Amino acid sequence: MTAPVHYLDHAATTPMVPAAVDAVTAHLRAVGNPSSLHASGRAARRVVEESRETLAQALGCRPAEVVFTSGGTESDNLAVKGLYWARRAADPRRTRVLTTAVEHPAVLDPAQWLARAQGAEVEVLPVDGHGRLRLDALADAVERDPGSVALVSVMWANNEVGTVQPVEEVVALCAPHDIPVHTDAVQALGAVPLDFAAAGVDAMTVSGHKVGGPSGVGALVCRRERELTALVHGGGQERDLRSGTVGPPAIAGFAAAVELAVKQQSEHAARLTELRDDLCRRVVEVVSDAHLHGDPERRLPGNAHLGFPGCEGDSLLMLLDARGIECSTGSACSAGVAQPSHVLLAMGCSEESARHSLRFSLGHTSTAADVDAVVEAIGPVVERARAAKR
Amino acid sequence: MSGGVDSAVAAARVAEAGHDVTGVHLALSRQPQSHRTGARGCCTIEDAGDARRAADVIGIPFYVWDLSERFHADVVEDFTASYAAGRTPNPCLRCNEKIKFSAVLERALALGFDAVATGHYARLGTQDPQGEEAGPDEGLVTLHRAVDPGKDQSYVLGVLEQHQLRHALFPLGGSAKSDVRAEAARRGLLVADKPDSHDVCFIADGDTAGWLRATLGEDAPHDAGDIVDDATGEVLGRHEGSWGYTIGQRRGLRLGRPAPDGKPRFVLDIEPVSGTVTVGPRERLAVRRIEAREPRWCGPEPRLLTGPGITVQLRAHGESLPATVRVGDGSGEVVVELDEPAYGVAPGQAAVVYDGDRVLGSATIESTRSAP
Repeated sequence: MTAPVHYLDHAATTPMVPAAVDAVTAHLRAVGNPSSLHASGRAARRVVEESRETLAQALGCRPAEVVFTSGGTESDNLAVKGLYWARRAADPRRTRVLTTAVEHPAVLDPAQWLARAQGAEVEVLPVDGHGRLRLDALADAVERDPGSVALVSVMWANNEVGTVQPVEEVVALCAPHDIPVHTDAVQALGAVPLDFAAAGVDAMTVSGHKVGGPSGVGALVCRRERELTALVHGGGQERDLRSGTVGPPAIAGFAAAVELAVKQQSEHAARLTELRDDLCRRVVEVVSDAHLHGDPERRLPGNAHLGFPGCEGDSLLMLLDARGIECSTGSACSAGVAQPSHVLLAMGCSEESARHSLRFSLGHTSTAADVDAVVEAIGPVVERARAAKR
Repeated sequence: MSGGVDSAVAAARVAEAGHDVTGVHLALSRQPQSHRTGARGCCTIEDAGDARRAADVIGIPFYVWDLSERFHADVVEDFTASYAAGRTPNPCLRCNEKIKFSAVLERALALGFDAVATGHYARLGTQDPQGEEAGPDEGLVTLHRAVDPGKDQSYVLGVLEQHQLRHALFPLGGSAKSDVRAEAARRGLLVADKPDSHDVCFIADGDTAGWLRATLGEDAPHDAGDIVDDATGEVLGRHEGSWGYTIGQRRGLRLGRPAPDGKPRFVLDIEPVSGTVTVGPRERLAVRRIEAREPRWCGPEPRLLTGPGITVQLRAHGESLPATVRVGDGSGEVVVELDEPAYGVAPGQAAVVYDGDRVLGSATIESTRSAP
């Protein structure tokens, strides 16, 4: 019962780094609403604004461009709906939303809701076999009628298969027409080099708990020149774009984690790449028909998304869990039932092969012992899972 | 773990007994509803959440297994086809036979588990082969009624064969329902006062006839037909689908005028080809001989079962009826001769054969013959 746990699900959430724990706890005992005008309020406001400056420094944006939210999903909703409403309000012809087939549901669902309830035309653009956006399809969609595009949303890196998207090229296609580009950078932050201003995107989603900060906090970075319609109305605390009292402890922890993640990015990525490549190579040595999904080169350093033909991902996950190895099937669950991954289906996998995969995602606490544990367990586990499927 | 009180306590008991237990909730609906309505309680997302919380409290791992496709193919389609053919199926038996102690059991065994435990009220025993010394693995596993007669569910388990019973555990068979509820409360299981589920789990609102009408739709063999008097042949009314009727049914015939003798009328027969529903007085329902098919025997296949203690049960919560049972050699056909006539025996239901409190097996009722 007390066997060591090998946590290989950092893409779901990663342990808080000590600097973030310190930052959160340092502010838990303090009183003060950042919107209050007295000394306690000013002290709380100072924590929030210093955190904003830290984040801006780390992300390559201006402090005023950081809008604190409750996390990645809210930031994606604010970007997709907020940009759509603002752009359509300025010009009613702008009703097209262009996005990719491999986005996170936090982008795809708001887009589909805009189509259902708000008269948007959503174009879900195809990806290649590695999960990379087909730029020719984006170019066609933009050029067909640039004046009708409300926004383009393309994730920086995919949460399931780890493929890094050509965000720079997306911006190059959209900029001439002044089409705003949103990118969900939740998985990319701290894993690949990332700079908001240099990328030229208009809005970027980041989240605390994926980089070693607390859960329940995130931000939408949004260029100050871009109009955005608010999603949550109330006190207008965050640039009138997001209402609600912001929480200094969570925000301080978020900023501390992002600062550290960005500072250590290249060394972290090199270490994880080596571990990840070792894991993939040795798993294939044991299970010869196991194979990597996603782009072999342009991928997140900690992501090993592996297909195991003849197995149910569910069975693999359960058998590994029983051996203290925690990973994911990578796809969204509906009431605990794994659905065939929309990402793998978009990449051209059959429904069968979209169900036989596992995502191992490594992070800052991962060690060679975690990889050893997977390699040791995977042979018998795959054998059992295959028997269970027969 | 359905999310109900019985499977939660069953899981707690096997875990407490020292087994290495994993909780599994079966996702059986292809379009689960998010919230429970009425007194069903096993197929909604809310029920899956209740099961998960019970597993947390017990301290066991918990997973949801998606068996919705198998359930649809093996249970739901069989259920609709059977009704369309004028029969009255019991989907719980099919589910135990094909899902819980087949699809689930096979997967569990392959994954390295030894047994499937459920919250059914029934007991297991062992019987040594005659005249031989036998170890615990060599004896015959026998299935028995639960000690709580009000909750006994051995009827719906009568389809389990020896290879299934050998890997089954029924931890609640020796307990009264009220004790199980009290135990759930004592263990801090929040489902302790959740209502019992009944009716058909995949029909959310409990309206079986409405569900059949919607499901069968235009594929139904008859969406209307005559209701005919058995004695006179007179057409007494019309119905909107013969599948809405069960042999022995009295309520909901809506015939408008009473029978000349003032006695209630019952459904005597359902003719799926013409769509005719025949009604008549209760005495015309009396059945003495039953032919049944597709037998499932818990132990060795018998040839002749007769004498004191041999009974059959012809519906869930039905009475035990003394009978003589003959099994055709090779044909598998089962013939039941009842000592006393039974009323309202519906083809499609299972005839479960008992020796005292022990379940010997079951077969699906094919046809009946009236008492002379």
